[in-house]
Amino acid sequence: MGNASSMLTQYDIEEVQEHCNYLFSQQEIVSLYERFCQLDRSAKGFISEDEFLSIPEFSLNPLSKRLLRMVDGLNFKDFVAFLSTFSAKASLQQKIELIFKVYDIDGKGRVTFKDLLEILRDLTGSFMSEEQREQVLTKVLEEAGYSKDCTLSLDDFIQIIDHPGLKMEVEVPID
Amino acid sequence: MGPLVYDPVVSLVRMIHTATPNRWTKVHAPLLPSTCCPFSRARLYREAFLGDVVIVVSPACGRGGDMASSSVAADMELDRPNLEDYLPPDSLPQEAPRNLHLRDLLDISPVLTEAAGAIVDDSFTRCFKSNSPEPWNWNIYLFPLWCFGVVIRYGLLFPLSVFVASWTGVIKYHGPRPSTRPRQVFVANHTSMIDFIILEQMTAFAVIMQKHPGWVGFIQSTILESVGCIWFNRNDLRDREVTARKLRDHVQQPDNNPLLIFPEGTCVNNQYTVMFKKGAFELGCAVCPIAIKYNKIFVDAFWNSKKQSFTMHLVRLMTSWAVVCDVWYLEPQYLREGETAIEFAERVRDMIAARAGLKKVPWDGYLKHNRPSPKHTEEKQRIFAESVLRRLEEKEK
Repeated sequence: MGNASSMLTQYDIEEVQEHCNYLFSQQEIVSLYERFCQLDRSAKGFISEDEFLSIPEFSLNPLSKRLLRMVDGLNFKDFVAFLSTFSAKASLQQKIELIFKVYDIDGKGRVTFKDLLEILRDLTGSFMSEEQREQVLTKVLEEAGYSKDCTLSLDDFIQIIDHPGLKMEVEVPID
Repeated sequence: MGPLVYDPVVSLVRMIHTATPNRWTKVHAPLLPSTCCPFSRARLYREAFLGDVVIVVSPACGRGGDMASSSVAADMELDRPNLEDYLPPDSLPQEAPRNLHLRDLLDISPVLTEAAGAIVDDSFTRCFKSNSPEPWNWNIYLFPLWCFGVVIRYGLLFPLSVFVASWTGVIKYHGPRPSTRPRQVFVANHTSMIDFIILEQMTAFAVIMQKHPGWVGFIQSTILESVGCIWFNRNDLRDREVTARKLRDHVQQPDNNPLLIFPEGTCVNNQYTVMFKKGAFELGCAVCPIAIKYNKIFVDAFWNSKKQSFTMHLVRLMTSWAVVCDVWYLEPQYLREGETAIEFAERVRDMIAARAGLKKVPWDGYLKHNRPSPKHTEEKQRIFAESVLRRLEEKEK
């Protein structure tokens, strides 16, 4: 239970920093490493699903299951790369790409009506019926010029979601 | 118990500790994490719970305790305060319903941000983080001194501790000594198994504890039984009612030792307090709060039960110099008119946290062992669904 940064050499920090495109400072990477070690209780080198779910705030999140599929079993380098999207320095393109990947969880490259429905189901739970969800989605899709059967690509997403108010940032606490 | 053969060390420590009590807190402070959490308090709660909804955890805005207990009974959950009890009834910001667009449904960035925020830092895990003290033995002058200290601690103090069955402690008690009267319980914040021993030095208490496996359980059954302890098992749902009845019976008897309860239900790292369970506060008697604060310079008394077994924890305590702490006995509190048990618990928690310099977090300590109830996720879903439906209606007008 000693000081975590003593186990991370300067070379390691630089390697991780390069891997995340310099979106985090070295101090932030050290901080993230401490956090990673705190979560990875059995020092396996990755954080298991159970350990993510032991964070109550994460467990409460409606999209936790979907996100788990993306973060489960990541080693530290990939963990930092995943979180780098939430850095203030990350580009809007990168952030919208992450949103796209959350929708397109099986990596087809396109988002179908079914994917949209699944996410809406996660977000609304039992408080909307399936018909209501389909109805809402069809309506807003039509209004935006898409039919129910067409699929959305990343460019479509960028076009739809991009607006000046979009802020997807998380601050890494530095001791 | 008390210092027996270690007088020179203890006298020195005692002298410093008693001479400058305020300085301890000032010296103490730099060893605490110097960052305030990057989220301000309101934002912390907001981001912790319902995204856009602000939660105010204050005694004034709980709903009736009956609602909490009926919903708890209905769900057959472990007895813990309902997070919803801390939600003011109209907590939704009343924004004018806007038209619903595709973007509003596709843009899940707030939800993702919350999740990532929780992964990076969360207020619950922070409560259970052991803080390793800053290494001070790193230069040529201090290192031999540290080596000498290790020899003394492991070679002299530890074997003596084992044989003499005690270890050094410099404990400063503040406030009136607890009296043995019927119809009162004592509540304290919980950091370590030795909390009980420290308090026991002053007054004989009966305590309610979790039954542990192994040799600790053996000691619990033999020695502690004589002081009049009550056992429970936090994983047994039905145990809750039996325990509540045992507690009530115990406080009614004037001959029994005063009852000591740790309402947090688990060990916390002495910098934060988690939510108090309401069980101790609905026994219909006076509640006397006790605040305990350890001085980290000498030893980190926090037992991180996820990382260490009790045996290792005990060894670590016995090979440190001394356990130095402050104990404050605070004024007995009574349930006020129109106050629910949960509000009462929060009020007492405020007192203890303020006195011992601990930060409060709105989490239930049992989340260390269990997942949060799906009710909280459902609440988020409900709010989102209602917002979507309302905006859809607006659109159709």
